[in-house]
Amino acid sequence: MTDRLSTGGEVAPTGDFSLEYAPAPESTAPVRLASQYGLFLGGEMVESASGRLAPTINPATGEALAEVSVADAADVDRAVAAARAAWEGGWRDLPGAERAKYLYRVARLLQERAREFAVLETMDGGKPIRESRDLDIPLAAAHFFYYAGWADKLDYAFSGRRAAPLGVAAQVIPWNFPLLMAAWKLAPALACGNAVVLKPAPTTPLTALLLAEVLRDAELPPGVVNIVTGDDAAGAALVAHPGVDKVAFTGSTEVGRAIGAEVAGTGKRLTLELGGKAANIVFDDAALDQVTEGIVNGIYFNGGQVCCAGSRLLVQETVADTVVGKLQRRMDTLRVGDPLDNNTDIGAINSQAQLDRISELVASGVAEGAELYTPQCVLPERGFFHPPALFTNVSTAHRIAQEEIFGPVLSVLTFRTAEEAVAKANNTPYGLSAGIWTEKGSRILWMADRMQAGVVWANTFNRFDPASPFGGYRESGYGREGGRAGLLPYVELVA
Amino acid sequence: MSDRLVVNKTYKQFIGGAFERSESGRSYPVAGAGGELLANAVQGSRKDVRDAVAAARSAQAGWAGRTAYNRGQILYRVAEVMESRRDEFSAEVARAGDGCSYEAAAQETAAAIDRWVWYAGWADKFSTVLGGANPVAGPYFNLSVPEPVGVVGMVAPDEPPLLPLVSRLAPVIVSGNTAVVLASERCPLVAITLAETLALSDVPSGVVNILTGHRNELVPPLAGHVAVDSLDLTGCDAELAADAARQAAATITRVVSASAAERQWADESAQSPYLIDAFCETKTVWHPKGR
Repeated sequence: MTDRLSTGGEVAPTGDFSLEYAPAPESTAPVRLASQYGLFLGGEMVESASGRLAPTINPATGEALAEVSVADAADVDRAVAAARAAWEGGWRDLPGAERAKYLYRVARLLQERAREFAVLETMDGGKPIRESRDLDIPLAAAHFFYYAGWADKLDYAFSGRRAAPLGVAAQVIPWNFPLLMAAWKLAPALACGNAVVLKPAPTTPLTALLLAEVLRDAELPPGVVNIVTGDDAAGAALVAHPGVDKVAFTGSTEVGRAIGAEVAGTGKRLTLELGGKAANIVFDDAALDQVTEGIVNGIYFNGGQVCCAGSRLLVQETVADTVVGKLQRRMDTLRVGDPLDNNTDIGAINSQAQLDRISELVASGVAEGAELYTPQCVLPERGFFHPPALFTNVSTAHRIAQEEIFGPVLSVLTFRTAEEAVAKANNTPYGLSAGIWTEKGSRILWMADRMQAGVVWANTFNRFDPASPFGGYRESGYGREGGRAGLLPYVELVA
Repeated sequence: MSDRLVVNKTYKQFIGGAFERSESGRSYPVAGAGGELLANAVQGSRKDVRDAVAAARSAQAGWAGRTAYNRGQILYRVAEVMESRRDEFSAEVARAGDGCSYEAAAQETAAAIDRWVWYAGWADKFSTVLGGANPVAGPYFNLSVPEPVGVVGMVAPDEPPLLPLVSRLAPVIVSGNTAVVLASERCPLVAITLAETLALSDVPSGVVNILTGHRNELVPPLAGHVAVDSLDLTGCDAELAADAARQAAATITRVVSASAAERQWADESAQSPYLIDAFCETKTVWHPKGR
């Protein structure tokens, strides 16, 4: 505490001095919550057929924020019919320049209401307000802005072919970046002239429902976007619906496998953005202070609930102790707690179920003989929280080195040569992302060529931009989102 | 109706973000279709050309240094602000030159707004379409990217007064170039109204500079200026264009002029990413790969 400073007497000796931050809570005033939410069908908020509701929980408090409709097969049927009607009723024939203008409007409206979206995102999902304010919401708006620009330029994206829309896209999105994932899905689909049924995750439906307001304010024709909230059964019904032409899913590899099997033989197009177990590879010549920040950002950003999180640190043996020491000191300064506090680095874990999964895997790491480090920090008494964790003495066979934890848990492994780093990095069924830290440019490019990963970050990590394609190799899925490559999943190329 | 006397606008040149009369103090009358005086326009001088090029030069690095996303948003903002002043633009287009119906003028204005929107979307895409990885036969990373050429001197066609100007200007600045534009000699007024729009649209000072006056007087100093990197002579007749090109040759300044297809101003053929490319350099980066 600050007693030492306030007495004005002794000066704290170096190393025995910790900065305490006064709480800086973000106001929730911009957010106006309803007590109940319906489904967004055909441009209207309507009740679900069954009338069933489920609470959506603020993971920082464990308390319900609102009750949200649980769609069933009948609702999904209505949503797909509304999308089909909107598509055939004019959306598919609208000139690209006009589709572009709708998307530009959406981007601008999101920018205008950014604060409201950011606060709501943090309340519903538990991520630090600093992240939702500085990353999730601005990037979501940027994504709409970017794909708005493609809507009337598809001839240049696919020279020699004409890009035709597919029809009705079913899009199922995860809870870790709720609005951003909605933007990643909706923007390219709409730019290419498709109609959409979007299914948000059960624990984070609120920003998607607020987006419905934005779509209405943008005067997007009714039915072009429909939003059905609900549990996994609603998602399954949507994916299986015969009126759907394209399925896009972001989530776990396990569910991705099931969706692949469901879609097989139906002729539906499919893209999957699934799990990951990214290696963050540190060579001995790297700038180790930058590396420390990069690793921390790589694994503790959004509490590690990121499919491309740098969850495996591969560090060259000669600098391993140094890097681990720096990491532990940096971890000691991370602030875990109220996600609405502007000083918070690690907010709440999204749900009790996810917290249980993280805790179970951390326990398995200890049981299998890895050494656990967590800084001493006081967790809030209620809500779902997990301290940042770091494992050393990890072997490649350990579950914590193989399975996606989706939490603030880093496993440290070492290597001696570049070849060994390549072998270890690629030694997972996943292939979403990788990080390379070295001052030697030629080595970055040599390593990048050998990474089985859809995104390779060099001397940085967790960078996202609408202009840059994102997506995985192998069991991390197929198809890309972002950039010109992100258009391809939503078009049929015809002569 | 009231007896209230209308307050007339003074049309000044747009240099370095400021609206200024010519240092020469000259002006020339701009007449409408019936020969009536619409306004006096500034008759710019050689020195005004030099001032405008200096302003464009000093603004160029900063403009090119903005993110593509930011430049795209600013061009889109130009469209937003033009849309809000659509009636004013339409009225001004309708009475310029030989004049046209308000409906035709409104169409031209709408097309000009849409052209800004179209090019706004290219800001963060033309590098993807025009550049790319080159698979050289060796262990090298090799990437080509288009980069803005620098300062572009532009001569706008006489008529129509608005759409050709926007059609040529937007692809020049979207990549990060800055421009010195000679407005239509016969119909310069709407170009100045466009300048007012640019000034309100977060376009940084000096990115677009608009001069009015006599082409025969202003094109030579613009074409011969060593700090001008590229010329768009679309608004010059054959003789003036040839003279300008000869001058430009001395400083290895590339010369561009709109093709016949690009002169179909209302058509999609008047807009193209290759027009962005025409005012870009291609930079290729090599880097070895190895442990």
